[in-house]
Amino acid sequence: MPLTFSAESKQKIEALKGRYPDKQAACLPVLHLAQDEFGWVSDEAIDAVAAALDLPTAHVFGVATFYTMYHRHPTGKHTLMVCTNVSCMLRGGYDVLHALEKKLGVKAGGTSADGEFTLVEEECLAACANAPCIISGHKYFLDLTPESAVKALDEIKQMPPDHAPARGQNHGSSDGHGH
Amino acid sequence: MPVSRAEMPKIVTRFVGVEGANRIDEAKKRGAYSALNKGLLMQPSAIVDEVKKSNLRGRGGAGFPTGLKWTFLPKDAKQVYLVINADESEPGTCKDRELLYWDPHLLIEGIILSCYAMGSDHAYIYIRGEMIREHAVLQRAVDEAYAAGHLGKALTTSARGQWKVDLTVHRGAGAYICGEETALLNSLEGKRGWPRLKPPFPAVKGAFGQPTIVNNVETIMNIPSIIEKGGEWFAGLGMGRSGGTRIVCVSGHVNKPGVFELPLGITFNELINDVCGGVPNGKKVKAVIPGGSSMPPLDASELDVPIEFDALMTDERIKVVEVRPGVPFDIGGGKSLRTMAGSGGIVVMDEDTDLVAVCARIMQFYAHESCGQCTPCREGTGWLSKVCGRLARGQGKPGDVALLASIAHGIGGNTICPLGDAAVWPMLGFLTKFRGEFEAKMKADRQHSAAGLTGASVDSTLRPDERTPVGATGVRHPLLERRP
Repeated sequence: MPLTFSAESKQKIEALKGRYPDKQAACLPVLHLAQDEFGWVSDEAIDAVAAALDLPTAHVFGVATFYTMYHRHPTGKHTLMVCTNVSCMLRGGYDVLHALEKKLGVKAGGTSADGEFTLVEEECLAACANAPCIISGHKYFLDLTPESAVKALDEIKQMPPDHAPARGQNHGSSDGHGH
Repeated sequence: MPVSRAEMPKIVTRFVGVEGANRIDEAKKRGAYSALNKGLLMQPSAIVDEVKKSNLRGRGGAGFPTGLKWTFLPKDAKQVYLVINADESEPGTCKDRELLYWDPHLLIEGIILSCYAMGSDHAYIYIRGEMIREHAVLQRAVDEAYAAGHLGKALTTSARGQWKVDLTVHRGAGAYICGEETALLNSLEGKRGWPRLKPPFPAVKGAFGQPTIVNNVETIMNIPSIIEKGGEWFAGLGMGRSGGTRIVCVSGHVNKPGVFELPLGITFNELINDVCGGVPNGKKVKAVIPGGSSMPPLDASELDVPIEFDALMTDERIKVVEVRPGVPFDIGGGKSLRTMAGSGGIVVMDEDTDLVAVCARIMQFYAHESCGQCTPCREGTGWLSKVCGRLARGQGKPGDVALLASIAHGIGGNTICPLGDAAVWPMLGFLTKFRGEFEAKMKADRQHSAAGLTGASVDSTLRPDERTPVGATGVRHPLLERRP
């Protein structure tokens, strides 16, 4: 069944269109809205965005697969963005990532079996002076050690989920694109 | 002479650490929006003149004079846009994130004044997608400024008459390339973040086909004090052709990492030892990245140079980057490259750091972030990452060091945007100054080969976290731990 935006989202989309001289410019914010509402950016969500902005599906598909933050697979309730770039690497960023992999029983890119966490190895998250760091939702976890990173999972679990539960699916075998 | 560190005013970091100052009421009590009263009574051209006089230079990386950039707008333009680049993603850089969180109203005030000066009625702030918290704080501040009548309402006292400005916060979605101004404009227009060919430059044809100025967050946050205290005062704080203060983000092996607003004349050694409390455990510095991971590194003998823009490009105490020993790298027009002040992201590495591993991690980053538009960058960054990675793992092949330089040379200057160069510069920089470390990796490999141990230097049956960390500081080879 095709996905449709809620009345509230439709209102937001109308307001967004008014912020730009060209409604195509609302493509990124409306894809963010779609991910919040449908949990991930499925092919059906892409169809819904294309319909809302009167854009070719292929254009929206190209945009959705270019940017790493649009999830092309259902994800856990919380995404853990773990930085391993230079500043974090020098202060043990890989130790933090590996401790989380071990604790959650998944490799970076995977989702824990209980559906709580998706672990993502990130490029620089602009918190270099407090390396190593993780972002989850609105919260930063800074100056981490492997132990404090694992401990942070309890706190993150209590936070509101990043997005609504996953809805929608991909068409046929088009899966495997993007992230 | 630039003023000393003790006398240095805090211009853009005035509210950093002040809880509540990111709300409009508290910010106003502390002087926010006071420069508007003066600025909106001035002629727009007088504001541009003050900014020119101030010697304010772009804080995003290139260090281009801001006032001069503004004058590139066509005089007869009907629609002009100001776009703020808040897509901070350069590894080692963490200033804009702090500034946006603690003092969003200083940015908004700077935007209003800048829009007024250049005749723009709509500004966009392109904020990095991963900055979820800062996006929320910034959007709240914009809503507060609308409610207070600073945005969206005619500012009738102005010399432009019924002029008003609207401000829209546009959130990215994860792509380093969107920090490049034309990729950012494409992303703002709802497209993939692919850089555009220049010319035309954005000042002539930018957002939505209209003349557009793209400025960094920190750059625009300096505008209110320039208006309040004058361009000459601002120029006097700096040195040479660079006005004002400089925000640096110091990370890596220092006792007190942080974001600091400092005089431009301070040297790297002073910064590391006096401001950041030196290197942990009394270690020595081996290398410093001076302005984000795209910049050629400095070695320990080059740290008495000031952090100022021109000094880093021209000071003869900094070695020229070479393609191979004795042959300077030509960045175009026969110009050689030392290094640049870039984004202010300073990464300090101590004597135990495995610089080949660090370089491999940097190359992995550029390979991941190449947008794929130009072949030399799309293919070349991948090769740099692979070859540097195998050297870091001790699996280098004879000729790999020369191969890295040759790949880098093939990318440099041959792409639409500077991302390709951003990989080439540190690659050649590390090779120029720390060639011995790369060659030592080769030697280690040859010893293995001689003993019949080729390819056995990594035990692939171990989970990554069971493998031995490399180096006393716990720095691991990043690519050793990449999963299939």
